[in-house]
Amino acid sequence: MPVSTTNSKIIYDALKACGVRVVSALPETWLVHLVGLADDDPEMTLVRLAKEEEGIGISAGAHLAGVKSALLMQNHGFLASVNGIVSLAQLYRIPLLMLISYRGTFGEEHPWQTEGGLVTEAVLSALRIPYERLDDPAEVLPKIRKAQTLAGASLRPVALLLGRDLMME
Amino acid sequence: MLRLNAIKAIYPDLKECAVVTIMGATAAELYACGHRPNFFYLEHAMGLASSMGLGIALSRPDLQVVVLDGDGSTLMNLGGLTTMARYRPSNLIHVVFDNEVLLSVGVSFKTATAEGADLAGIAAAAGIPRTATCTDIDSFRDAFRDALAARELATLVAKVEPVLPPSFFIGCHMLENRFEFQRALEREP
Ligand SMILES: Cc1ncc(C[n+]2csc(CCOP(=O)(O)OP(=O)(O)O)c2C)c(N)n1
Repeated sequence: MPVSTTNSKIIYDALKACGVRVVSALPETWLVHLVGLADDDPEMTLVRLAKEEEGIGISAGAHLAGVKSALLMQNHGFLASVNGIVSLAQLYRIPLLMLISYRGTFGEEHPWQTEGGLVTEAVLSALRIPYERLDDPAEVLPKIRKAQTLAGASLRPVALLLGRDLMME
Repeated sequence: MLRLNAIKAIYPDLKECAVVTIMGATAAELYACGHRPNFFYLEHAMGLASSMGLGIALSRPDLQVVVLDGDGSTLMNLGGLTTMARYRPSNLIHVVFDNEVLLSVGVSFKTATAEGADLAGIAAAAGIPRTATCTDIDSFRDAFRDALAARELATLVAKVEPVLPPSFFIGCHMLENRFEFQRALEREP
């Protein structure tokens, strides 16, 4: 099953339409096309991270400097970023738009992805981060837009979980 | 050298910059030199001051950004040095006050820099184009001014005494500081 180039483009175009100009990313297989699109776009600043938590700092800096940003990572990268989310984004009321590929759900073939899949939504809930799943390409733009609007109004992180049906074809 | 004196030595230059400091002692000492709206004190989120500085520098190439970091905080985000080096914003100066301890939690916990870890060496190996280790005020001030004039990404390690400030007082709430800083960046041309 290849990663969907069509839906990766739909997600990328939605980020552009929402005014995102800085994307920090640490990809996994599902996200490679999305990262490639950001890399090829001269209007986008792509920051390839060494560790996902750095992206929380970069987005915080971008926000205070007046630029809209997004983070691209898999759910294990989200788990690796928790202190940054709590101690920077939540403590300092930074609107974060996190696009998280949701590994370890129904259909997952790789045993190593399964523990993270079990805890992702529970951790999001424990952190009181509003989130929705993205599975239908038709919902991509409206949901990203609404997520960004809520992040901006609440000055808090929000998350979109990129599901298998959206990312794989 | 005392960190307070090192901050005083570069304070006139900081007036024009977007400055992000780490928590605790460094924040309190910069505050004690005189608060400005373009100073942001990143309390608590250890390791991320440098990433925030990178985010600001990449978003606003017209602003000069200065990060005042610590050895413990830098060690917690060594990968961030490679990320800074990779994007190499010419408007970012990363100062590390290396007191060889986690000072803000007490003087007893030594970091690896007390046992020989060389942060300027690590930064250079990460690809930061300009690095220096300074052990006295004059060489630190000169290295800072040279980096500013060169418009080149730099990591400047200032070896400082592990001396606590008389208090950790910051006279504005964290969120007040956050919004004031954001507005200050908006006002900059
Ligand atoms: C993740 C995390 N672990 C531990 C702490 C507690 N803590 C607060 S300040 C500090 C020391 C920071 O050391 P350094 O960056 O060297 O700066 P210094 O205090 O020496 O000026 C620590 C460990 C924290 N804030 N966050």
